[in-house]
Amino acid sequence: MRGKSQRKVYLDHSASTPVDERVLDAMMPWFTRNYGNASSLHGPGRRAAQAIEDARETVARTLGCQPNEIVFNSGGTEGDNHAIRGGARTMRQAGQGAHLVSSPVEHSAVGETLAQLADLQGFTHTLMPVDRYGRVSAEAFRAACRDDTVLASVMLANNEVGSLQPVAELARFARERGILFHTDAVQAAGQLSLNVADLGVDLLGISGHKFYGPKGVGALYCRNGIALASNQTGGSHEEGRRAGTHNTPLIVGLARALELAGQEREQNVAHFRRMRDQLIDQVLLRVPDAELSGHPVERLPGHASLVLDGVDSSALLMHLDINGVAASGGSACKTGNPEPSAVLLAMGYSKRQAMGGLRLTVGHSTSEKDIDYAVDVIANSVEKLRRLAVVA
Amino acid sequence: MSARVVVAMSGGVDSSVAAALLKQQGHDVIGMMMRLWAEPSTDGQVHNRCCTPGQMADAQRIANMLDIPFYVLDTREVFRRKIVDFFVQGHRRGVTPNPCLECNRHIRFDWLQRHALALDADYLATGHHARICCDQDGNYRLLRAVDLQKDQSYVLSVMGQQQLAHAKFPVGNYHKSRIREMAREFGLPTAAKQDSQDLCFLGDGDYRRFLRENVPDLPVAGPIMRRDGTHLGQHSGLANYTIGQRRGLGINTTAPMYVGDIQPAKNALIVAERKEQGTQRLEAGRFNWVAGSPPDNDFLAAVSVRYGAVPQPATITPLGPSAVGIEFEQSQVGVAPGQAAVIFAEHECLGGGVIRLTE
Repeated sequence: MRGKSQRKVYLDHSASTPVDERVLDAMMPWFTRNYGNASSLHGPGRRAAQAIEDARETVARTLGCQPNEIVFNSGGTEGDNHAIRGGARTMRQAGQGAHLVSSPVEHSAVGETLAQLADLQGFTHTLMPVDRYGRVSAEAFRAACRDDTVLASVMLANNEVGSLQPVAELARFARERGILFHTDAVQAAGQLSLNVADLGVDLLGISGHKFYGPKGVGALYCRNGIALASNQTGGSHEEGRRAGTHNTPLIVGLARALELAGQEREQNVAHFRRMRDQLIDQVLLRVPDAELSGHPVERLPGHASLVLDGVDSSALLMHLDINGVAASGGSACKTGNPEPSAVLLAMGYSKRQAMGGLRLTVGHSTSEKDIDYAVDVIANSVEKLRRLAVVA
Repeated sequence: MSARVVVAMSGGVDSSVAAALLKQQGHDVIGMMMRLWAEPSTDGQVHNRCCTPGQMADAQRIANMLDIPFYVLDTREVFRRKIVDFFVQGHRRGVTPNPCLECNRHIRFDWLQRHALALDADYLATGHHARICCDQDGNYRLLRAVDLQKDQSYVLSVMGQQQLAHAKFPVGNYHKSRIREMAREFGLPTAAKQDSQDLCFLGDGDYRRFLRENVPDLPVAGPIMRRDGTHLGQHSGLANYTIGQRRGLGINTTAPMYVGDIQPAKNALIVAERKEQGTQRLEAGRFNWVAGSPPDNDFLAAVSVRYGAVPQPATITPLGPSAVGIEFEQSQVGVAPGQAAVIFAEHECLGGGVIRLTE
């Protein structure tokens, strides 16, 4: 396993994916040849503006909405911030109230935003309980909503454990009650069909680099009729909803990547499922006291997550990395911070178990040989670490 | 021959140069940092002084420059259990423990070294100033650093053959000034940084404050006496004093008085004039012989009773496998139970043990 000839296996596609060559090809002309500012009235500017409007139509078509319902931004975190802050502020100004509802397993871009709105801006929020798979229920949602609830935010698929939330059901109830419903679809994009009409949500965010597009670009769906206050003020870009010069190549890349993901979804998902199931089956077979975390069926097709009792996940990730396997503990943002996973704790795991989360997420290029090699490395490493833990 | 070497990195100049030297020699180098237990703080400001976020970022940056992987290992639990608790227990018993030595015994050259070897590493390297050589019979010997001013073999005297066989001290062959020069040559940003601190787990390095705040049941005030029983005043708790200390005794005498003995059984602090001070003979327990076993007979060597103290001539009498009697040629001042007595023969460190209470 040592040396330069060592196999490299990337099983962290939920953290980021490579840019698809076809996406890169679509982006390249907009860096060097067509560099005009999309807000300028001259020819180069108009060409950039046209490319952005084409991209907007592509994204809208894939999500099943109108082009003017798409706001381009810098990625998932900005989308979450814009949707929640903007939505909450608009609703409060309209006198609807100041109560927010969410779950304890959201990405920190949602969780920290809610916490700050509560700390500094006079909002209150309720976090619904989740079951052992990290899923919220319609009953819990109904119980959490109050007369003064103005916005709810529940992710479509969990980044750490891959479980899918019953978003359509929750959004239907929210719509009846006049509550804005936001979903962070960052992990779901590229793997699930994202039709906003079917989902019935008001706000939905995606990020380019999770589906073979570039980093640093995202899109927020904002249903027509919602006057979302802007977070970032300045020029009148994006119909006044998001100021700042358009990043033409990234926006073109995001649209192309989303288009490809939509067109090729069936075969991609079939491959993801096959690889993921092999990975889960083999790890459960080879590693004693390993447990699948998250829902066994209602989960992302490319997402395997495990709890390895008695193993410190940061030490395990080190062993994996040294042997050429890239994976992550809970979410990538938590690396180097040896605290138990808040998501696993919320799901009812013990503190000890919540230190041992492992996330393995497959991609287009993942092969059976990759899976075999990774499982070997995981099994060996876990055994070594458990032996060390006994001595200490 | 290329080996896999894990380097314990602190973000400081010595361990950074150690990593750079190993990389230059063509080894497969992995950087590692231990996240140690730190004193909990109420204001969120005080941190462990040697693994602060800043130090971690420094070590990470150096690892990136050297193009080596870098990982932080969560060592907080085992460090608290084996080092901090030990430190507190020692002070409860009226001794002055040396946590750095215990950290090398239990953490660095046990816990960390085992983690390194589990990663299929051949060696654990550190930035310590000391040397290792393997003699013709295949025995590993621990030698003092080329730069005697910086020599750290005192705190490494806990190492045995197994530990030394899988350890490397790349900077022990150089003077500190040369290390700083090399740091500049390698382009390492830590070239001008200060040396690391002892008692790293204390936010401010003040162990007396730490004990006051964290060990409320420490023995309290008691008498300050001369050896003959003459009462001179009150002490504020034995943990606040170290053998050889002169300042802050709060007693009024014609000749300057030094702490000569700490007697936890009587909760008494014994003071003496400089000329009355001194220890001719002591015993050290928990003794580690680097070679693995004691010599058969008494022998002449030099003994250091404090980190940084010049070794003094003495006769050594092995008392079983893990204790020694030490008879100095000249009486020594500042011999504090809990500190280590470390035996040297010329430039070689033969081993060390913990000085026992003499009452």
